[in-house]
Amino acid sequence: MTEAIDATGLVKRFGKVTALDGLELHVETGEVHGFLGPNGAGKTTTIRILLGLMRSHRGSVRLLGGDPWAEATALHRRLAYVPGDVTLWPNLTGGEVIDLLGRLRGGLDPKRKAELLDRFELDPRKKGRTYSKGNRQKVALIAALSSDVELLILDEPTSGLDPLMEEVFREVIGEEKRRGDRTVLLSSHILAEVEALCDRLTIIREGRTVETGTLADMRHLTRTTIQAELSGPPDGLATLAGVHDFQLDHDRVRFDVDTDALEPALRKLVTVGVRSLVSQPPSLEELFLRQYQKDER
Amino acid sequence: MTGVGSLVRLILRRDRVILPLWAVLLGLVPAGYVASFEGLFPTVAERLDYARVSATNAGFVTLYGPLEGSSLGELVAWRAGFLPVLVALCAVLTVVRHTRADEESGRTELVGAAAVGRHAQLAAALLTTAGASLVLGAVLTAAMVGQGMPVEGSLAFGAEMALTGWAFAGVGAIAAQLTSSARSARSIGLLALGVAFVLRVGGDTSALSDGALSWLSWLSPIGWVQHLFPYGANNWWPAVLAIVFSAGTSAVAAVLLTRRDFGAGLLPARLGPASASAGLSTPFALAWRLHRGLLLGWTIGFALLGLIFGGVGGSVLDIASENQGLSDIFARLGGSEALVDSYFAGTAGILGLIAACYAVQATLRLRDEEQSGHAEAVLTTAVSRYTWAGTHLLFALLGPAVVLAAAGLATGLAYPQGDLGTILAGTLVQLPAVWVLAALAVLAFGLLPRLSAVAWAAPALCLLILLVGQTLQLDQWILDLSPFTHVPHLPGGDISATPLVTLTVVAAALTAAGIAGLRRRNIPD
Repeated sequence: MTEAIDATGLVKRFGKVTALDGLELHVETGEVHGFLGPNGAGKTTTIRILLGLMRSHRGSVRLLGGDPWAEATALHRRLAYVPGDVTLWPNLTGGEVIDLLGRLRGGLDPKRKAELLDRFELDPRKKGRTYSKGNRQKVALIAALSSDVELLILDEPTSGLDPLMEEVFREVIGEEKRRGDRTVLLSSHILAEVEALCDRLTIIREGRTVETGTLADMRHLTRTTIQAELSGPPDGLATLAGVHDFQLDHDRVRFDVDTDALEPALRKLVTVGVRSLVSQPPSLEELFLRQYQKDER
Repeated sequence: MTGVGSLVRLILRRDRVILPLWAVLLGLVPAGYVASFEGLFPTVAERLDYARVSATNAGFVTLYGPLEGSSLGELVAWRAGFLPVLVALCAVLTVVRHTRADEESGRTELVGAAAVGRHAQLAAALLTTAGASLVLGAVLTAAMVGQGMPVEGSLAFGAEMALTGWAFAGVGAIAAQLTSSARSARSIGLLALGVAFVLRVGGDTSALSDGALSWLSWLSPIGWVQHLFPYGANNWWPAVLAIVFSAGTSAVAAVLLTRRDFGAGLLPARLGPASASAGLSTPFALAWRLHRGLLLGWTIGFALLGLIFGGVGGSVLDIASENQGLSDIFARLGGSEALVDSYFAGTAGILGLIAACYAVQATLRLRDEEQSGHAEAVLTTAVSRYTWAGTHLLFALLGPAVVLAAAGLATGLAYPQGDLGTILAGTLVQLPAVWVLAALAVLAFGLLPRLSAVAWAAPALCLLILLVGQTLQLDQWILDLSPFTHVPHLPGGDISATPLVTLTVVAAALTAAGIAGLRRRNIPD
């Protein structure tokens, strides 16, 4: 099976500013792939190269097996894109924009469109200029999701959506995922969203890929937080290899432990005697923060 | 009103190029006329002759307004009678740009969240525009005094332009409150300007005949300021009308502002269809939706202009046949028939230049589409860059053909004595020159997208050459820079295919280069 997106060593400069500096992005066909990075990391630039709107200075890109710059028009029939900042034509209604974009892409499913309009609670009769940011986002999402395409490229699709609509969005993407024949590239800086939806993810920073893999892979590199109430003094626990940020308050301890040092730390706790125990797996937030701290060092 | 000072500074910073450009350049234009009028009509008798012909020529009165006396200053001030329209245009656009356009783009929200009063944005836009108009007036006065003209007349002349700016700043401020989009606000402002112009023309041309409708001029701010009659009567009292109007419209705008929600207009937004009609499914259909309003507006405007020009053509002949002295002058110029012909050839040239503005505007829609992100939405569907640009350029290149044909037909209909065919041909031969200016805009858009607005310099330059080229007796090579110089003069002149083919080939080459640049570059750039 070929990769839906295969970008290697992308370099893109704007004048003196280097936006991408050897970026790697590999997305398997049929997966939901998270694309994470802080603002200005190069997510949108990467997506624009994938869409043939811009050309990289170095590196190679294949999208659905084709060259996104040379074969843009043919490839675009097979994908749908939702930009991060959706703008609509001021004098076209939302419904008109959905139909138009779908037809320009090669057709859309009217039943699916009606269902999505209902679920996202969008009034399609309003003119483009009167929609709020969230509603403009919905217009683009419905246009993309009701097209029958192989690849969805979503650039921060939930920015501007309220929490209820974010939930609807997650449900819909979850359904797409279960269908199994659609590939989704989901750029985001909302980690909970990526955590809930994505099979694999790529984290980028300052135009470079810093981490790529499944969430489980990445958790191996991270620490679990343990809070416990002990029945005796935790002698030797603080100095155990792999234990960090150890805090002791009477009979309560709180510490972080590397994944490969989890077992010896737990044995030690059992030896001391445990009255209560809370263990927190690493969240993506922490993973993210640690990744950046590591880079800064 | 907190924060007005800092907002004014912000506007001055953002418009540090464009504001001085219109305030100073427009202010300097009339000073250039002094020497040329002195050179062309050195004696009092000659000026008297010229003034007598001009004051009764409906074509001249339409373009420049009424002429009372024949002193050098009066002739210069009268000949600059088109300036108030340009000043009003700049004032409306500046006010809308810093009120509704900012509000629509969301910048106002950013500023409004800071410690800024509710009316601060409007006040800052009005103050800056009024200040720029004042600078324009001061530059004009100083330049005229520098040319040795009387001080009181020069002050009145400067006041004429400054007051126009003030009056139309108020018009722009009201327009900005009415709708939620800057584009509609601009259209409303320009419509008001058009109405003021037509009222002024109606009143002034009526005064040439029985005068039954001459009161129409007094309904128009442009009419008021022209009745200052600098260097002649130096009437100051119409200035009061303009000042009251300016204060009144500003106050109305301020009241309207408090009656509406942020981001909304006073005119309600209507609901539209929930799904697209079957026809709205191609890139061309989208381009038609985006361009049809513009095309319709320009077509109506051109048809009206054609009716005015054609109607005036009739009175040119009437004046010539009634007045023995004038008939002699016309006879020397080649007979009344030749005069009417050259009048229509002249109006065709003016129509061509205005059509070029439409062509540039329609071409730069591409840049608007790119900057707003709409282009990204279309280009990530199965629409190629060529198709996308092509559908818009269809309107930029063929739209001017439609509006010029409308103007030619309307002119011919309003002047039944003439030959409709040659009058129509006179407007249509402008097309290749229009295309060259549109093609320059395509070139800028393709190769230097961030400097696309520079494309407006071309019609501005051609306008300048048309307005002052003859009077300043510029060298031929400067006149040749304007593609309109090469267009055959019809009716009356000879039609030759060579310049038309050459201009078309130049336009095609520039367009191709621009499109090739577009294919290669980043979107958005």
